[in-house]
Amino acid sequence: MDWGTLQAVLGGVNKHSTSIGKIWLTVLFIFRIMILVVAAERVWGDEQQDFVCNTLQPGCRNVCYDHFFPISHIRLWALQLIFVSTPALLVAMHVAYTRHEKKRRFRNGEKIDIEELKNEKIHIRGPLWWTYTSSIFFRIVFEAVFMYVFYYMYDGYQMPRLVKCSAWPCPNTVDCFVSRPTEKTTFTIFMLAVSGICMMLNLAELCYLVIKICMKESRKTT
Amino acid sequence: MNWAGLYTVLSGVNRHSTAIGRIWLSVIFIFRIMVLVVAAESVWGDEKSAFTCNTQQPGCNSVCYDHFFPVSHIRLWALQLILVTTPALLVAMHVAYQQHQEKKLLVLTGHADPKHMEEVKKHKMRIAGSLWWTYVCSVVFRLLFEAVFMYIFYLLYPGYQMMRLVKCEAYPCPNTVDCFISRPTEKTIFTVFMLVTSSVCIILNMAELVYLVIRACARRGQHHSNPSGKSSFYGHKHSSEYKQNEINQLLTEQDGSLKDMLRRNSGLQEKGDRCSAC
Repeated sequence: MDWGTLQAVLGGVNKHSTSIGKIWLTVLFIFRIMILVVAAERVWGDEQQDFVCNTLQPGCRNVCYDHFFPISHIRLWALQLIFVSTPALLVAMHVAYTRHEKKRRFRNGEKIDIEELKNEKIHIRGPLWWTYTSSIFFRIVFEAVFMYVFYYMYDGYQMPRLVKCSAWPCPNTVDCFVSRPTEKTTFTIFMLAVSGICMMLNLAELCYLVIKICMKESRKTT
Repeated sequence: MNWAGLYTVLSGVNRHSTAIGRIWLSVIFIFRIMVLVVAAESVWGDEKSAFTCNTQQPGCNSVCYDHFFPVSHIRLWALQLILVTTPALLVAMHVAYQQHQEKKLLVLTGHADPKHMEEVKKHKMRIAGSLWWTYVCSVVFRLLFEAVFMYIFYLLYPGYQMMRLVKCEAYPCPNTVDCFISRPTEKTIFTVFMLVTSSVCIILNMAELVYLVIRACARRGQHHSNPSGKSSFYGHKHSSEYKQNEINQLLTEQDGSLKDMLRRNSGLQEKGDRCSAC
């Protein structure tokens, strides 16, 4: 079970999304998951090995690394991507449930074409509209929460070159040097920018859905 | 055979599960297996190489690591996930057996054309009769395995928290030696995350069990007014009475789905006969 399987699972959801939703999914897979797998993981690969402290005291390096990096950027991004892509499965479950109901009606004797049922695009209205809107809302919430967690944990989005550590068993204060700080800062800002773009796409999709439903309601009343 | 292979095998079971069972399977694959593979494995990747003891004594490092980590978290989680997902295969085997019986019945009643055989494979089995018992057993086993592994974790690593420092005095370490664990905070975060998802899965399994029991009681209440007796099974193997009895037995053992299918198809066949007559 890896990113490829998640892509296969979410690819199915793509069929029932709006155009903005399809763009969002593409941005997620190409500019976030793919960048994480092919580039960012290599940059952070030697983060602990090459974290060097100016001391011979055994254990000081481990403790200082743990103190300054409670959870690695890579793991936070992996969790963020998993949480952000999961609400789309709510929509997939709702669509599967709608199809199941239609098949049940077919079994009870109503005349519905089975092949057409499999391929028809389900319109986003009624209860599905609410499920879809909730999933977008959750996506936005998860993105915002993770962006805040990043900011809170690492005091901004920049990776320092040098950190001063005085946790036991380090004697006094010790200088520790982070590996590839500039490259890490570059990727952190890139992932932040793409996260911001995804959030804007989600907000645009939410506005689009709300406007569409308002227009439909006003057409019904006139 | 890897996690993707397990996913393929279990996706087939998904079709015959309840709605709660499908949610449980999604939680297992996305929040546990996927997090294990893409995140947790890299956190524990350097657990032994970065385990440092404050000594130059050869062998002390290895002995202390072995003393404090008899089985690594990652391996325990992998075992837990395999054991917890495997009872679903009981259901898959039972469904395959029922489908085999349905195909046998179709051959006996003369509906053995490829279209009906395909429909047997595709239609969803209702969780009733003996399949209900198999399904309930699989849910009970899942609950049992989850609970056992959570207890093993608690025994081996009390409190679920990863210490930064452990004090080791196993031979050949001289006196007491400080040993430092790599990434303890990140490991604690992931341990708590996996614990929470494990609890969510236990709650889903309990909800599924309650749902199945309530559904079975409701169905029993409905059928109380229409008892259906099982036909007895006499006669020589090759006689038509034997065949008719076997058909009757298979029909009463099957759930409503095959009966519906046969009823529908016999209706269509009647239309066809009518047409061939004109």
